[in-house]
Amino acid sequence: MPNTPTTRTTITLPSTLDTVDRVEQEAESFANRAGFSEDDISNIAMAVREAAVNAVIHGNSYSRDKEVTASFETNDDDLVIRISDQGPGFNEESIPDPLSPENILRGSGRGVFLMRAFMDEVHFRQLSPGTELTLIKHRIPAQDAA
Amino acid sequence: MSIKVSTRQVDGVTILDLSGRITLGEGSVTLRDTIRDLVAKGDKNILLNLGDVSYIDSSGIGELVSAYTSVKNAGGELKLLNLTKKVQDLLQITKLYTVFDVRDDETHAVGSFSR
Repeated sequence: MPNTPTTRTTITLPSTLDTVDRVEQEAESFANRAGFSEDDISNIAMAVREAAVNAVIHGNSYSRDKEVTASFETNDDDLVIRISDQGPGFNEESIPDPLSPENILRGSGRGVFLMRAFMDEVHFRQLSPGTELTLIKHRIPAQDAA
Repeated sequence: MSIKVSTRQVDGVTILDLSGRITLGEGSVTLRDTIRDLVAKGDKNILLNLGDVSYIDSSGIGELVSAYTSVKNAGGELKLLNLTKKVQDLLQITKLYTVFDVRDDETHAVGSFSR
């Protein structure tokens, strides 16, 4: 999938569950246009949904005064999605391992794990205020690029 | 599309036929309320038929785990039936496939409950 013009879209939305659905749909649409497989599209959409859930609930706490910003970019190499909130910040080191025996039966805490499972890269950046998650899916698998 | 739940009884087992998406919000709440009501009225053998569940997010997975725990704590059993490949993959990567009793045949699943 080389020589694709870079395309970008940025949307700013309220801290609601509708935003989670809207961001997920936008991710699915971008991944589809970028030529990913059906499985990859589904996984990308789920990872982005989890990031949007984090922003709306854990970041902005559904606050009417805070917004979620989602940007989608496709370039030759990657699909890059950034989700940011205006919350108090987030320490990724504090996330419990959902696979450990003491956490396996917890009713929550799997969102970041799923993002990491389905994307090639997941990065956290502290804003002031807020947190930005960057989710990256490589467009050319390593085995093809070799 | 959110989740739809139909309930039926087969040989002392309550089967919930679920369809749609189990996600944060309405889908998770519907499942939670349904399980809570069943446990409250003493239904302890519960089989979740997920054959028509197209999508589960981390909240939905959490809801399945919470359902499993609440039924178990009430002295019952909750088992899963007819997982789609997507849901099966999700349970495998979250290591929950070994926690749940997962079945692909309803008759055998119903017969497997201890009564």
